[in-house]
Amino acid sequence: MQPFSNHTGLVMPLDRVNVDTDQMIPKQFCKLLTREGYGRLLFFDWRYVDGEKPNPDFVLNWPRYQGASILLTRANFGCGSSREHAPWGVLDYGFRVLIGPSFADIFYNNCFKNGILPVTLPEAQVDDLFRRAEQHLGYRLSADLPNQTIADELGLQITFHIDPFRKQILLKGLDDIGMTLGHEAEITSFEKRHQPSATMYDPVDFSTPGPTK
Amino acid sequence: MRPRTMYEKIWEAHLVHEAPGQPALIYIDRHLIHEGTSPQAFAGLKATGRKVRRPDLTFAVMDHSVPTKNRDLPILDADAAAQFEALARNCRETGVQLFDMHSRNQGIVHIIGPELGITQPGQTIVCGDSHTSTHGAFGTLAFGIGTSEVEHVLATQCLSQFRSKTMHVLVHGKRPRGVTAKDLILAMIGRMGIAGGMGHVIEYGGEAIRALSMEGRMTVCNMSIEAGARAGMVAPDETTFAYMEDRPFVPRGKEFQQAVARWKAIDSDPEAKFDATVELDAAAIAPQVTWGTNPGMVSDVTGKVPDPASFLDPDEQKAAVRALEYMGLKPGTRLVDIPLDRVFIGSCTNSRLEDLRAAARVLAGKKIARSLKEALVVPGSRMVKAAAEKEGLDRIFTDAGFEWRDAGCSMCIGMNPDVLPSGERCASTSNRNFEGRQGKGGRTHLVSPIMAAAAALAGHFVDIREWDVDGAE
Repeated sequence: MQPFSNHTGLVMPLDRVNVDTDQMIPKQFCKLLTREGYGRLLFFDWRYVDGEKPNPDFVLNWPRYQGASILLTRANFGCGSSREHAPWGVLDYGFRVLIGPSFADIFYNNCFKNGILPVTLPEAQVDDLFRRAEQHLGYRLSADLPNQTIADELGLQITFHIDPFRKQILLKGLDDIGMTLGHEAEITSFEKRHQPSATMYDPVDFSTPGPTK
Repeated sequence: MRPRTMYEKIWEAHLVHEAPGQPALIYIDRHLIHEGTSPQAFAGLKATGRKVRRPDLTFAVMDHSVPTKNRDLPILDADAAAQFEALARNCRETGVQLFDMHSRNQGIVHIIGPELGITQPGQTIVCGDSHTSTHGAFGTLAFGIGTSEVEHVLATQCLSQFRSKTMHVLVHGKRPRGVTAKDLILAMIGRMGIAGGMGHVIEYGGEAIRALSMEGRMTVCNMSIEAGARAGMVAPDETTFAYMEDRPFVPRGKEFQQAVARWKAIDSDPEAKFDATVELDAAAIAPQVTWGTNPGMVSDVTGKVPDPASFLDPDEQKAAVRALEYMGLKPGTRLVDIPLDRVFIGSCTNSRLEDLRAAARVLAGKKIARSLKEALVVPGSRMVKAAAEKEGLDRIFTDAGFEWRDAGCSMCIGMNPDVLPSGERCASTSNRNFEGRQGKGGRTHLVSPIMAAAAALAGHFVDIREWDVDGAE
């Protein structure tokens, strides 16, 4: 995972509440076997009409927001399906920072697995950022994770809260599987104590024979 | 000892590692995987040279993209075929037990886990699917995870998690006739909103929850995620134990009795504190129909499509305007006047035997409206399908004009050929009415199985309570 420390970029406001992950990457693209290449598919049904013709009414297609890398969102962004294809699409499109009043739990977790910084701010501050992004052409923000601040070029500076552990994961781009494997002794000891097992008492129709020990 | 909630008991019993300021490492008893969200996880393992730690605790099934008819023919959708091949290959190479689409135990992952007794009280269960909350009906801590976390669990059989807050949802009183588990959960979501449960694990209790069958409890827990909650749970009781007995993965005889004694102890202590409590009166709940593009946009069947101006919050107003435009509905239209194009009975929410029986009771001896283009019944599993056929339910459905299909997620998500065409309106027993969920431009109304069956007969929504049928379970 690529680490995240500081990022400055053009801001795109997406003025909709409860944007679900089905909207970010529709189901037909959840059949692909890769983690890459979803940027072109992000917000597919909103973004394109008649196949892949850009929909001029959708904010992502407006000339002023081309090259945006910071996404302003409304409440409960990323609700619904657990599909990680959604943050893969967000990242592959070029968004590194999401700013909104709240994010759905699974989506929020998934962001930290992909080097995306989701910033949660009070509703009033998000409203203010929406106003600024809509009023000022080329509105840019800088996200500074070490200092936990969001700043614009007009003098605005906001501090945000983030869990210290998650902050370190992003700053260092840590592989959390590697970290967990560092607790191998504790996992083995848990397994010795609790003997987790799935014993089959009546046969079922497996298509593969299951583990060979 | 401090009184603890069921969530806290299960959490603490699975702690592998805990340190201040860090997420805890919890052990996962059952990892369920499917073709949709696992290929990238297996690819990640391969790339890092890691192994599946506990293939014996991992169960795989093909459900999301499987066709529901002509399963013996080649799969024409190349992407879906590649998914199936990848899952079969990954399972073969790692020793993970797989139910492929030809297994007689195949079905939707959240249907077959409980049905086979793989799901048991007190366990932790995860799956790369948000409706994993279904398994909470057994008093398990079960929730959906992303693909990176699937890879993490495959490699370590553990998950790194922050502790959730707890919410107690008490549904008091008795359900009126015609009001099902689906109506209880839709009414709850309507009340608290689709982000109302954010950051919480819900424990459901109260007389109306206790009175539900396991099938009904699964319907309720299934849609906890639609309220924004991470998981939903119901404490195990005699209903749970009776359901469990003699299922393939459930211990027998004396061992079963010992397991029941353990399972009884996981109920929340009477003095346990929850971070939030919500109370509902079951007697006041009517059959529910969604009118918008998320499950919180829901109303009593006796209601009307709301006027967006009636919402106080400006964001909600805008969302309602957009939803009505997408749904092709005008404010003030009575819900019972909305005509339908299709009916779908299926999904991990409502495709168990009890759901099919209830719908069949409504349909018995009758014909679906001529105005319908299609009515589908998709059993949740091949075992449900076989049991239903043994009772003759398939004949009732087909005689009424429904198509009787093979098991899978089907038109709940439309990853297989069962897609709702653009502009068409569907009464669906599934869980999400998001834009494009059942098919791009498709218009979904969420209802219970008996409401879907009645709507199929009438060609529009009806208040099932006004019908003289014994469909209310």
